[in-house]
Amino acid sequence: MTALALAGRDAGIIAWRNLLNLGRTPGSVIAALVQPLMFVLLLAYVFGGSLGGDDYRVYLMGGIFAQAVTFNAAFTALGLANDMHKGLVDRFRSLPTPRSSVVLGRTLSDLTMSTVTLTVTALCGLLVGWRTDAPAHHVLLGFVVILLFAFAMSWVGATIGLTARSVEVAQSAGLIWLFPVTFVSSAFVSPTAMPGPLRTVAEWNPVSATATAARRLFGNVPPAGLGPGDAWPVRNALPYSLLCTAVITAVFMALAVRRYRRITRG
Amino acid sequence: MPDQSHAITAEGLTRSFGDRRALDGVDLAVPTGTVLGLLGPNGAGKTTTVRVLATLLLPDGGTARVAGHDVVREPDAVRRRIGLSGQYAAVDEKLTGRENLYLVARLYGMRRAAARRRADELLARFRLEEFADRPSGSFSGGTRRRLDLAGALVAPPPVVVLDEPTTGLDPRGRADTWESVRELVAEGTTVLLTTQYLEEADQLADAVCVIDRGRVVARGTAAELKARVGGERLSVVVPDPDHRVTAHAVLAALGPHTPEAGERGLLSVATDDGPAALEQVLPRLRAAGVALGEVTLAPPTLDDAFLALTGRTGTVAEQADESTEAAGDGGPGRDAPASGGAPSAAGAGPRPAPSGTAPRHAAPVGAPPPTTNGTPGPGRHAHRPRRSRAAGRGAGDQR
Repeated sequence: MTALALAGRDAGIIAWRNLLNLGRTPGSVIAALVQPLMFVLLLAYVFGGSLGGDDYRVYLMGGIFAQAVTFNAAFTALGLANDMHKGLVDRFRSLPTPRSSVVLGRTLSDLTMSTVTLTVTALCGLLVGWRTDAPAHHVLLGFVVILLFAFAMSWVGATIGLTARSVEVAQSAGLIWLFPVTFVSSAFVSPTAMPGPLRTVAEWNPVSATATAARRLFGNVPPAGLGPGDAWPVRNALPYSLLCTAVITAVFMALAVRRYRRITRG
Repeated sequence: MPDQSHAITAEGLTRSFGDRRALDGVDLAVPTGTVLGLLGPNGAGKTTTVRVLATLLLPDGGTARVAGHDVVREPDAVRRRIGLSGQYAAVDEKLTGRENLYLVARLYGMRRAAARRRADELLARFRLEEFADRPSGSFSGGTRRRLDLAGALVAPPPVVVLDEPTTGLDPRGRADTWESVRELVAEGTTVLLTTQYLEEADQLADAVCVIDRGRVVARGTAAELKARVGGERLSVVVPDPDHRVTAHAVLAALGPHTPEAGERGLLSVATDDGPAALEQVLPRLRAAGVALGEVTLAPPTLDDAFLALTGRTGTVAEQADESTEAAGDGGPGRDAPASGGAPSAAGAGPRPAPSGTAPRHAAPVGAPPPTTNGTPGPGRHAHRPRRSRAAGRGAGDQR
C-alpha cells in the first residue's frame, strides 16, 4: 500500500472511532446542532424585522450555513485536544500508522458532523421561510462549496487543538476567533455599511465569499441595502471561495500535521 | 552497530525540557528475552526514557535501538516491533473493551476479520470477556490498565515497554499484571518496565537499572544491588520515647553505619555482621534499661539498596524539594530519603510477601512521630510523602 493509501485507510478507521464516540455523546452533538438553530431564530426574528423581514429570511440562510460550518472548527479543536490530553494520541503515535492519519481522521469525522449540521440547519431554514428556486445541481453545488469550506476550517481547528496546552485552552481558543471571523463578513449584514478598513476585511473574508457564492447558487438575492458590495472577491465569490478553501486547507494541514509530529509532552 | 543479542540498546541518551535535563546520558542494554527493571523516583527520567524508546519523543543526543532499529532514523520499523503501555491507561472511554482492541488492531494494518479475532483472543487472555461490550470509561483502574496492556500486545511485538504498569493498582491488579509480564517473558518477549516499587523489580526483572536525575546510578541484578548495600539490617522497636535516645546511642556505637529512626520507635542500622551485632547490642540495651518491643535481623531489601545508592549522592532528597507537585504520587524512593537521607527499615518482621510491599517510612530521631501507620501496599502509600517530608525538614542535621 502506498503511503497515501495507508494514511487514507487509517484516517477512515480513526474517523469511524470518532463518529462512534460522537454517537455515544449525544449531548455534544445536540449542542453542536442547537447553536446554528439559535442563530437562525435570533437573526430571522430578532434582527430580521429591521433588516428586511421575509426577504431577509430568504437571504439569511447562505450566511448561516457558512457560519455554522465555520463554528464546527471548534469541535475539531476540542476533539483533538481531548485525545491528546487523555493519552490516546500517545497510543496512536506508538502505532505504525502515518502521522497524518489521526488528524485527517478527525477532520473527516468533523466533515461528517458538518454535513449533519448543514442538513438540520437547512430544514430549520425552510421552516423560517428560506426558499430556493435554483436548479437542483446549483443547490447541490452550493452545499458542496460550503462543505469544502467546512473541511478547510476544520484544519484551522485542528491546528489550534494540537497547539493548546490544555483541553480548556483548546475549548476557549477554538471558539473565540470564530465570532469576529463570522461576523466581520457579509454573512448577516452588508459590508458596505461598515467603516473603511473593516469593510475591506469583510469583503475579503472567505466566510463572505462562501456565503455569497452559496446565495448566488441558491438564487437568493439580497434585500435592498444588504448587498455584499462590488469588490473583486465579491464579484468572483465562487472562485475566490474555492481558492481560499484550497489555500487554507493546504496551509493548516501542513501546520497541523507538523504540530502532531512534534508533540513533546513530558 | 546492530546487536542481535540485545533487543534494546541506548547509548548516551540526553533530553532536556527547557532548563531541566530529564535525561543526562542514559545507557541501557537489554538482552533479548529478558526483563530490565528501570527503577527510580518520580522525575528521575523513567518516563522520558520510555517515550524516547517508543518513538514518542526525539532525544537531544545519543542513540537508541529497539529490535535492531534506530528510534530516530527508523521510527516506523520500531513502532512495528514495540508494544507500549503508558503510565496512564490510553483507552478510549466511549468505546467498549472489544472496540478499543479492534481499533488498535486495525491501525496495525490488520483486516477487519483478523482484527476482530485478535481482539477476542486478547479479551480472553486478559480475562476481559465480561467487559468486552461495556464502555471502558466504566472500568476500574485495574481493568483499564489490563485493557491498555492488551492493546500493547495486539501486534504481538517482540519488545514490550511498560511504564509503571502497576502504579495505582490494588494487590489483585498488581498480581494480574505480574502474571501477564511473566507470560510475556515465557513467550520470549523482551520487556523493559519502569517502576517505583523495588519489590516489583525484584519480582520481575532479570536486571535492574537504578536511574536518578536522568542518569543511571547503579545497575546489576537485584541480588548484586543488595550485596552492594552490605550485610543484614538490625532493627529494634523501642516503645518508650524516653528510651529512644539511649537505644540510638547503643546502635550507633556498633559503627560504622548510622542508625535510622522509623515510625513508632523503630530504630534500625546496617551491620557488617548481623549475628555478631545482635549479640553485642542486646546485652547493652538490657544493661541500659531499654525496654524492647521487637527485634529483627533481616537481609537488605532492594529498597535499602535503592536508598543507599541514590541517597548517597543526596540527589533524591534535593529532587523531592524541587518538584513538590510530583510528590503527590511519590513512592518509597521519594519520601524516605527526604526524611532521613539514608535507608531505614520499618518493615520489622518477615520480609514483604509478594502480595504487598511493606512501605518504609524513615523519620529522624527526635522528630515528631508521623501519625500514619505502615499500611501494606504501594497503592495506599501514595498519599504520604508531604507529611514525611515535613518531619524530615525539622531534623536536617540528621543527614
